[in-house]
Amino acid sequence: MKEQLEAIRKSAIEELEKAAALQDLDSVRIRFLGKKGELTAILKQMGRLTAEERPVIGQLANEIRADLEDRISEKVDAIKERMLEEKLREEKIDVTLPSGRVPLGHKHPLSIVLDEVKDIFFGMGFNVASGPEVEWDYYNFEALNIPKNHPARDTQDTFYITENMLLRTQTSPCQIRVMEKQAPPIRVIAPGRVYRSDAVDATHSPIFHQIEGLVVDKGITMADLKGCLEDFAKSLYGEDTKIRLRPHHFPFTEPSCEIDVSCFNCGGKGCPMCKGEGWIEILGGGMVHPKVLKNCGVDPDVYSGFAFGIGLERLVMFRFNIDDMRLLYENDVRFLNQF
Amino acid sequence: MNLSKKWLLDFVDLDVSDKKFADEMTLSGSKVEAFEVEGNELSNIITGRIDSLERHPDSDHMWICLVNIGREEPIQIVTGAQNLKVGDVVPVAMDNSVVHGGKHIVKGKLRGVESNGMLCSLGELGLTAHDFPNAIEDGIFVLGDDCDRTLGIDIREAIGLNDTVTEFEITSNRPDCLSIMGLAREAAATFNVPFKTHEVKVNGCGGDVNELLSVDILNPERCYRYCGAVVKNVRVKPSPRWMRERLRACGVRPINNIVDITNYVMLEYGQPMHAFDLRFLNGNSVIVRTAKNGEKITTLDGIERELSDDMLVIADADKPVAVAGVMGGEYSGIMDDTNTIVFESACFNGPTTRITAKKLGMRTEASGRYEKELDPQNCMPALLRALELVEKLDAGDVVSGIIDCDKSQKVNRTLPFEPQWVNDFIGISVSADEQKRILESIGFTVENGIITVPSFRNDIEHQADISEEIARFYGYQNIPNRKLGGVANAKHTPEQNMEKLVSTTLLGCGLSEIATFSFISPKHYDKIRLPKDDPKRSGVVISNPLGEDTSVMRTTVIPSMLDVLSRNYNNRNAAASLFEISNEYIWKGTEQLPDENVKVTLGMYGEGCDFFKLKAVIEELLYVAGVSDYDVAAVTDDPTFHPGRTAEITVDGTRIAYLGEIHPAVLENYEIGAKAYVGQVDFASLLKYGDLKRVYKPLPRFPASSRDLAFVCDIDLPVMTLEKAISKAIGRILEEISLFDVYVGSQIPDKMKSVAFNIRMRAADRTLTDEEADGAMKRAIKALGEMGIELRS
Repeated sequence: MKEQLEAIRKSAIEELEKAAALQDLDSVRIRFLGKKGELTAILKQMGRLTAEERPVIGQLANEIRADLEDRISEKVDAIKERMLEEKLREEKIDVTLPSGRVPLGHKHPLSIVLDEVKDIFFGMGFNVASGPEVEWDYYNFEALNIPKNHPARDTQDTFYITENMLLRTQTSPCQIRVMEKQAPPIRVIAPGRVYRSDAVDATHSPIFHQIEGLVVDKGITMADLKGCLEDFAKSLYGEDTKIRLRPHHFPFTEPSCEIDVSCFNCGGKGCPMCKGEGWIEILGGGMVHPKVLKNCGVDPDVYSGFAFGIGLERLVMFRFNIDDMRLLYENDVRFLNQF
Repeated sequence: MNLSKKWLLDFVDLDVSDKKFADEMTLSGSKVEAFEVEGNELSNIITGRIDSLERHPDSDHMWICLVNIGREEPIQIVTGAQNLKVGDVVPVAMDNSVVHGGKHIVKGKLRGVESNGMLCSLGELGLTAHDFPNAIEDGIFVLGDDCDRTLGIDIREAIGLNDTVTEFEITSNRPDCLSIMGLAREAAATFNVPFKTHEVKVNGCGGDVNELLSVDILNPERCYRYCGAVVKNVRVKPSPRWMRERLRACGVRPINNIVDITNYVMLEYGQPMHAFDLRFLNGNSVIVRTAKNGEKITTLDGIERELSDDMLVIADADKPVAVAGVMGGEYSGIMDDTNTIVFESACFNGPTTRITAKKLGMRTEASGRYEKELDPQNCMPALLRALELVEKLDAGDVVSGIIDCDKSQKVNRTLPFEPQWVNDFIGISVSADEQKRILESIGFTVENGIITVPSFRNDIEHQADISEEIARFYGYQNIPNRKLGGVANAKHTPEQNMEKLVSTTLLGCGLSEIATFSFISPKHYDKIRLPKDDPKRSGVVISNPLGEDTSVMRTTVIPSMLDVLSRNYNNRNAAASLFEISNEYIWKGTEQLPDENVKVTLGMYGEGCDFFKLKAVIEELLYVAGVSDYDVAAVTDDPTFHPGRTAEITVDGTRIAYLGEIHPAVLENYEIGAKAYVGQVDFASLLKYGDLKRVYKPLPRFPASSRDLAFVCDIDLPVMTLEKAISKAIGRILEEISLFDVYVGSQIPDKMKSVAFNIRMRAADRTLTDEEADGAMKRAIKALGEMGIELRS
C-alpha cells in the first residue's frame, strides 16, 4: 500500500509538471485529491490494514495529501503570476506620446514678481496697503513736499482730471494715507498702478506699477534703510547680491538715494544686461523728509523713517529677460503661456 | 549738463582718470550718465602741408597733391576738393585710418593714380563751420592760425578736439550744479582738493551807464534782481577757438563773440544772460513788469505770441522786448550793424517763469534754469565775468558802471550745527571736525555752532538736508547696513486673502491672468453697444490725455477684455481663457474721489468654450468663496450680450455676477470671428456674501437612498425652478439633486421638455426606510403637480 501511495504521489507530481493552465491544475486536484480521487480511493482500503500499519499508512497518506496540495497551490501562484505578467505586457503604452497637459491658467508675469516681492516684505513684517489711483493733488504732490509749480512736477508728467484731481504719478501718496490713519510704528508696502504721460514704447508705458515702502519708528536711520533693502535684494536675487546707494533727490526724502543691485546676470563683472556697469538700478528711496512726517501729524522730533519705491515692470523685465514692455499689456496667450 | 574737462581744470587741479572721476562724482551725488573723449572715433589723422598741386591726368576735377607730413618723404594723395592751394595745412587721414562715422580709409588708386590717404573736411572730423568759422564745409578743412600747424601731429591736438565731455544728470534741487563752477565745487569736495576761485577784472572805457540806461522792477516778488551793463562799439566776430571749443564740448553751438559770451557765462556761472540791442529799447529803459492781457510779442524764433497778466516781461517804455527768463523778442538779438548792447543778468521767480514758459509752450535753457530758483547773488559776478570776457575778446567797449536793481532778501540762511543729530539720523559717527570740514568744502561756513548756508544752496532748509551733505561726502557706502529691528507683525486683510483665492481658483480653472490699461477710448462704449443715455458713458475724463485712445478711465472692464480677446483672435491664437482682477472707475463729482470698484472679469473663446464652461468657472469661484444660496436668472436686455444666452447671479436680489455669450454685433465691432463668452464677478460681493469659514461635517455613517424622477414641463421653464421646488418638498433629508437629462422631441408634446433628476437622500442618524424615500418622492411629485408639472409617464 505504501508503494501504491508513493506511486500516486509520483504520478500526481508528473501531472502537475505538465499542467500549463489553471484548469489543468483543477483536473489534477480532482483526479488525485477529489472525493472520488485516487488518494481517497486508497484510503478507503485502510480497513484492510493491520492495527500497526494503519497509523503509519494514515500518516503517509496525509503527508502526501498535504504535499500535493502545497504543490498545487504553488503551481497556481506561478501560473497566475505568469498570466498577470502577460497581461501587463499586452497593456504596454508608448510613454513618449505627448501628454496633452493639464490646462492650468498662467499667472501674469507682473503678478508673479509682485507676489514674490510682497512675500519677501511680508516676511520682514510689512503689511500691504493700497490707495486710490485717482488721487488728490494734495496727496500726490503737496503733502510730499512738491508744491504747485515745483520743477520736480516736470519729471512726472501728470494726467489731470480736474485742477486738484489727477491720476497718481507714484505710489508715494500711500505714505501719506497710511501715516494719516496709523500711528508709528509703521512698516508697510503699497503696490499699485501709477500713471505718467509717456507715450508707449519698448521701455515706457503711460501705466505702470510701483511698490512703495514705508518704515516709521523711533530711531530709524539710513543704516536701517540700507540693511532692509539689502535683505530684500538678497531675497530676490540671492545671497551674494550687494547693493549700492547713490545720492539722488526726491522732494519727499532727505537724504535721498537711488539703489543699484550688483548685476544678477554677471555678478558685477559687467555684461550687456547691466551695460557693462556691474550694477542695475532697481529702486529709489531715502529718509522720510521731516516736513512730510509733519504734514501727516507725525512728530519728526520723536520719529524718523525711511521710504522707498520700486518699479515693478523693471524687475519683471529683468527677471524674465523681456525686452519690450508692451508685451506685458498686450496679453497675447503665446506670451502669457510662457510663465 | 555736459562738463568740459578743460574748463573744469580752470577751477580745480585734478589728476584722475575719466572713469574714476565719473564713478566718484556719481557716488558723491552728481550722477554721471556717460563720458566721452572727443575725437575718440578718429584715428591716424595727422596734420600735413600741401607742397604741390597738380591736375589729375584722367580727371577734370581731381587733384594730385604731395603732402608734407613732417617726415622725410612727402606722400601723394588724390583729392577732389577745389579749395586747396600750396602751403595749406590740412588734416590727412593716412593709410588705415578712421574718420567720423567710423569710415575706414586705406590707400588705393584713383583713376590709376596712387593715393596714400585722404584729405579731410570738417564733416569728416565730426565738426561744422560753427566750430571753425573761417573754414568752409564743402571742401577740405584748411587749418587757420587758431590751430597748431606743426606738421605730422595728431589732428586732435592740432585743432583742440581733445577734451573729455562728462554728461551729468542734475536733479531739480541743484540748479547751481548746472554750471561749470558748481560741478567744480562738487569735484573739489569729492576729491578733497581746493576750489580755485577766479578774480574778475573789468577795466571799463569810461562814460556812465546811467546816462544810457535805466532799470525799474515793478513786480519785485517776481523779479528779485536785475543787473544791467552797456557795451558800445560792439565788434561782432567769431569768438576764439578756446571758447568755441568749450561751448562745443558743452553742447552749445558757437555763433558770434557776443552770443557766445552770454552762453559761456551761463555755462560757467549757471546764470542766464541776455543781450539787447540798445537801439530797440525805446526810452533807453528796461522795465520789468507783468504783461497786459492780450499784449503781443514776436519772440526770437519769429513766432508772435499773445501774453497774459500772469506772465512777466522785460519792456521798454512802450512794449515788451522779452519774455522774462524765457526768450527775447525778435529785435533784441545781435545784428550785423548792432553798435551798443545791454547785457542783462537777472533773477526771476521760479514759479512765474515756469507758468510763463508752460503757457507759451516754450521751454528754453534759461527758463529751465530759472524755474528751479536761482541765486540772486550770482547776477553781479556773472555780469562782471561777461564784461571781462568782452574786454578779453575785444568784442566792444564796456561803459563804466553797472546798474543793479536789487530787490532780493539778502538774509543768509542759518541752521544750528548739530553733529550728533546728523549721526543719529544717518546711523553713523562722524566727528564734529570732519562734519565741519565737509560742509566748508562745499561753501558752507560753520562758526560758533551755527551753519551759514551759501546763497546758491536754497535747497538747504533743515537738519535733514545738512545730514545729506555729510552723508554723501562721508560716503553712502560707508554707512553700516543694519537689519530691521522691532516686532514684525504683518497680517493679510480679508481683501488680500480673497484676492489670492480668486486668483488661484481661476488659474486652477485654466484661465490665464491678464493686465490691461485702466483708460480706454470712449468709442468702446459704442462698440459694446451701450445705450446713448447709459450712465456708464460718463466717467472720469482725463483733461490732458495722450490721445483719444486713452482718454477716459473705464467705467467697465468688459471692453478691455474684449480688446484682449480680439487681439488674441487676430493673432491667430485658436483659443484663450483669461481673467483680470482690476478696477472700474465711477465718477462722483469734483468734490469726491471716484469709486474704484474691483471687478473680476472673465473671458474666453475657442474649442471647449461655451456658456456653461464659463458658468462652471464662475460657480466654482462662488463655491470657493463660500457664496451659497444664489439665484440665476436670464438677462434678455443687455445690449452687449446675446439676449437668449446671458444670465445674472443674484443674492437677495443684489447682482453679484453676470455672464453670457457676446452679442454678434459686438463681436463684429471687435473683429472677433468666434463666439466669445464674457462674465464679471463683483469682488466686494464675494467678500460680502462669501464665507471662508469651513466647519467639518462628519462623514455619513448610514447609506443613502437614491431615486430618479422625470417631469414634463413647459420648454421655457428654468430647470432651477424645478430643482428649488423639489428641494423644498423633500426637505432635510435631501443630500443632492442632480440633473441628468433634458429631452425635447417626438416622445413628448410640442413646446414641452422632459427633465430628469437623480435625487440622493440621506439621514445622519439612521438608514432611511423605503417608505421615507418614497414619501419624499410623493411630496416632490405633489409639489410640482401643484405647479402644473406632470411626472413623465
